[in-house]
Amino acid sequence: MQLLIFNAFCVGAVVSALLMVTTKRPVRAAMSLVATMSFLAGLYVLLDAHLIAVLQLIVYAGAIMVLFLFVIMLLNVEEKEGKLAGKTMLLQAFATVVVGLVMVTMVGLFKANGSLGAAGDASDAFGTTKAVGQMLFTEYLLPFEIASLLLLAAIVGAVILAKRRIDDSGTE
Amino acid sequence: MVADLIESIAKIVFVFSMNVGFFAPVLGWVERKQSALMQDRIGANRADILGFTAIGLFHSLADALKVLAKEDFIPAGANKFFHTVAPFICLVPAISTFAVVPFGGRYELFGHQVNLVIADLDVGILFVFALASLATYGVVLAGWSSRSNWSLLGGLRASAQMLSYEVAMGLTIIGVIMVFGSLRLTEIGALQENFFHWGIFLQPLGFVLFFTCAIAENKRVPFDIPEAESELVAGYFTEYSGLKFVMFWMAEFLEIVTISGIVTTLFFGAWHLPFVTDQMLLSWLQFAGANGAAFLAMLVNVATFFAKVIFFIWLQMSIRWTLPRFRYDQIMRLCWKMLLPLALVNILITGLVVLVL
Repeated sequence: MQLLIFNAFCVGAVVSALLMVTTKRPVRAAMSLVATMSFLAGLYVLLDAHLIAVLQLIVYAGAIMVLFLFVIMLLNVEEKEGKLAGKTMLLQAFATVVVGLVMVTMVGLFKANGSLGAAGDASDAFGTTKAVGQMLFTEYLLPFEIASLLLLAAIVGAVILAKRRIDDSGTE
Repeated sequence: MVADLIESIAKIVFVFSMNVGFFAPVLGWVERKQSALMQDRIGANRADILGFTAIGLFHSLADALKVLAKEDFIPAGANKFFHTVAPFICLVPAISTFAVVPFGGRYELFGHQVNLVIADLDVGILFVFALASLATYGVVLAGWSSRSNWSLLGGLRASAQMLSYEVAMGLTIIGVIMVFGSLRLTEIGALQENFFHWGIFLQPLGFVLFFTCAIAENKRVPFDIPEAESELVAGYFTEYSGLKFVMFWMAEFLEIVTISGIVTTLFFGAWHLPFVTDQMLLSWLQFAGANGAAFLAMLVNVATFFAKVIFFIWLQMSIRWTLPRFRYDQIMRLCWKMLLPLALVNILITGLVVLVL
């Protein structure tokens, strides 16, 4: 049963990801990305990581992609005509293969290192809000704080960019 | 195993028939009747079967029949796929959110533990947010795919409004989570057994903020600018007809019920009667035997829960017919300049109080 659901989610995720990169219509691409993220959330649930799954839906599928759609609709981005040049296609294919190889190497290294747990290793508490929170605020406190600093910088940057535009139009 | 299966199916059937079968059609009637009452009119009273009108209840039946007979129209130039899919994206989260809302406690029936919630998730309240944020797509896609300026404007307004109020609502919830120390809705409900531990006493500001954000999230007056009929015809569902049109309305009514359920669970003692603990209730009902007492206690608790839900439905209906519609900039200012700072202040105060106690 679990394998069946896993396969269904995997096929869904891959197909919608492919749709996203191949379609030429912006809204369709955005919605495909939403579908990919929802399928990934389903995979997280199968991994007993309920919190991550729900956060994936709230943050990525629910908030960020709505903003994407909002911008697409606001700017009324139209379907782009024409084909990609052969050189670009070649570059894309090359990049895809390289990224894939890097991924495989990384997973292999982790596996050899023994830092990847085997199946069935997780305890009952794994993936609960409490467990994730405890890890986040003890073991991984420094990366967590650095990430929040990064986000703060991004917010300040966005505010400054938006403000400057208002000032410019005001002086004209 | 078999008992678990039977329990799950019974709960799903109960919640589904309660929401889709009872609340959704009856709320259509309540909306008309209450608006009539508040505006000194008579309201829906014409539909009758052999002269018998059932105080206007047959209007819901007549509406259903009318909708089934209507043509399902897709405007020329519309994106057929997204136009068809949008109402479903709206309705599915509205129906399924109630799965994590507990409508009763735990009971020992014939040696079997009955937990009156369909899905007792560890992330309970966040699941509600996840589904609520997905519902935005239904509205946005409906507006975009219709190829109509009214719809597009409605969809744009809806996306910005729902996104903004989700942020404020998320921050509001943090205060509640801090007080109860859990995201699990059944646990939050169980912790409110003592009347003075009800969420409304621990988080009074949180309740006001949450209720406001929830109504805005549901896009009802005074926050119904995405469908503002005086300027946008009907906003994002202008180009819909027949069953799909009704699906948007059903989603709205079901969200009213879900909001009431969550407000009851978080702030108004869930399934508990005021000043009555579970132990007291069981001892009063002892005359029916152990199983009978548990069963009667279950009935009392479920009835209490739905009585509270109906009260909050009434409150939302009253607000809807009392206040005028806000302007768009007022809605945005209310969210970002008032509700959001207040939610942050609420978190700060709650944190201090929790730290001191």
